[in-house]
Amino acid sequence: MPNTLEIRDLHVSVGDGADDLTEILKGVDLTVSSGETHAIMGPNGSGKSTLAYSIAGHPKYTVTSGEILLDGADVLAMTVDERARAGLFLAMQYPVEVPGVSVSNFLRTAATAMRGEAPKLRTWVKEVNGAMAALDMDKAFAERSLNEGFSGGEKKRHEILQLELLRPKIAILDETDSGLDVDALRVVSEGVNRVRETGIGTLLITHYTRILRYIKPDFVHVFFDGRIAESGGPELADHLEAEGYTRFGVNETASA
Amino acid sequence: MTLIDDRPHSHGAGSTGSPAERFTSRNPEDFAQPSGRDEDWRFTPIRALRPLFEAFEPTTRITGDVEAPDEVSWSILPRSDERVGRASQPADRVSALAWAGAPQAFVLQIPAGAQIAAPVLVHGTVEPGQAYEHMVIEAGAGSRATVVVDYAGAATVAENVEIIVGDGAALTFVSLQDWALGAVHLSAHDACLGRDATLKHVVVNLGGELVRLSTTVRYDAPGGQVELLGVSFAGPKQHFESRLYIDHSMPQCASNVLYKNALLGDTSRTVWIGDVRIRPAATGTNTYEMNRNLLLSPGARADSVPNLEIETGEIAGAGHASATGRFDDLQLFYLQSRGIDAEQAQRLVIRGFFADVVARIGLPDLQQRIMTAIEARLGFAAAEPELETTS
Repeated sequence: MPNTLEIRDLHVSVGDGADDLTEILKGVDLTVSSGETHAIMGPNGSGKSTLAYSIAGHPKYTVTSGEILLDGADVLAMTVDERARAGLFLAMQYPVEVPGVSVSNFLRTAATAMRGEAPKLRTWVKEVNGAMAALDMDKAFAERSLNEGFSGGEKKRHEILQLELLRPKIAILDETDSGLDVDALRVVSEGVNRVRETGIGTLLITHYTRILRYIKPDFVHVFFDGRIAESGGPELADHLEAEGYTRFGVNETASA
Repeated sequence: MTLIDDRPHSHGAGSTGSPAERFTSRNPEDFAQPSGRDEDWRFTPIRALRPLFEAFEPTTRITGDVEAPDEVSWSILPRSDERVGRASQPADRVSALAWAGAPQAFVLQIPAGAQIAAPVLVHGTVEPGQAYEHMVIEAGAGSRATVVVDYAGAATVAENVEIIVGDGAALTFVSLQDWALGAVHLSAHDACLGRDATLKHVVVNLGGELVRLSTTVRYDAPGGQVELLGVSFAGPKQHFESRLYIDHSMPQCASNVLYKNALLGDTSRTVWIGDVRIRPAATGTNTYEMNRNLLLSPGARADSVPNLEIETGEIAGAGHASATGRFDDLQLFYLQSRGIDAEQAQRLVIRGFFADVVARIGLPDLQQRIMTAIEARLGFAAAEPELETTS
């Protein structure tokens, strides 16, 4: 069954109390369905990461109005873990360190939660080792503490490893290209493409166009000042590559 | 864990000369009545301890059930026996009162050269009342053994424990305070290490209302190595206090301290004092102390005071670290964003917090027992066994 993530007129604020809220998302409308890859591009501070975190349920952000629906179900009424189990996955730009929790323990706990039962150890070991090898990750990585002391590239590989193992319906990739050298970008992109081939929906958030050479979007949206300012096909990314975000009054390039 | 607090601490640079000697005496009258203004007592809820500051008639005693191979000898001896009193140097009034008042001593000896793989288990239980206790654990030269003393029941206990590690011996000693509600336990552990001796000293505080355990380490010869590990989980109305004094007086000795406390409930308290002194003769000393506290509730309070006095420049290394933090929302968010529910996420974070210190204990059954007890206290359902790893 195809899956659809619908975001309707989403308004999101950040801040401590009702009096101290700053609105960051100012009415976002977006629909992502299975088999589609949407790229959201925008300059720094436009709110594109806020969109990613709001979908996942980050505690720092408050949705003040609007809706997020996954196959018609109210995502905003779900806890963070319920959203994940419903099929949403966020590959984070800044994965959080959890000292003393090994990667292997974490992955198996997450897979158990997502699949509703503990994966059989034999097949699980094969699955993890295979996925790690495909991402050029050393086996010893599994015994390290979660995200602790990981290099930028290791963090991104580990996020995509989870994407492959946890099999979401809709994947949101937040600045997955940042901090990656060319080789790492290729390896990580190939991992994303393997998962895309299974037919999931993908929302790719990026400042720069270079990851789009590896992961071809079907739709490109330009994010500016808390909402989608312009939508189009892959050609829109080419425009941004050539012109940057100057058209939106920001002197930032989109090519790197 | 978010770092929210790094308490002030001193590095004795020697500009004021050598610090005063720590006063010790076996005569209780040499110690004034403790007061909340005394450095030694200012973190302790003194009011609850008043009855312990005067001599009392013991009304109960700890009875021990020992599981040990035949080569390990143990007996109850009069305090006048020559095997008793070689290490104890009471440094406070309660310890001196316990020395004077203990009617007898439990003495457990690992013979010289014995290599004992399985842990020697001492299950101590006590009926309600007040008790003076004295225990001697001696590892003969060249021996290798693990001794676990496990306290249960509810009473008020003032105690001295002597830990004597002979030349070349390796002893792991675990003091597991799994007291019932309401127990009060003040204990002074005095450890002496012979030449090239190794001691792993582990304090686990799970139960009881107030546990104050003062551990002193002395080196009788060069080459001694000590590892001091502590795990405490303090719930509501629990006070767990660990006071360490490591007296480096011999060359080429080492000490390594790791104490971790988690606190739940707004009346939970932990105190960690880590005093290390490196005397002029203690060249080649290597010492490191770390204390970490995880506050699981607003209002929980963890005091942490590391203190290093260095009287020689010729050391291999000396350092300490102390940090107190709260549950990190972002850690929970990250774990939950992978489908792990809130309870399981908290369990992972707490397991992770204790993982390094618990692993260093090196006794799998005990490690599992500690984590199961902590998770039960957190209100989690029966803890599942440790997840297998993928390699």
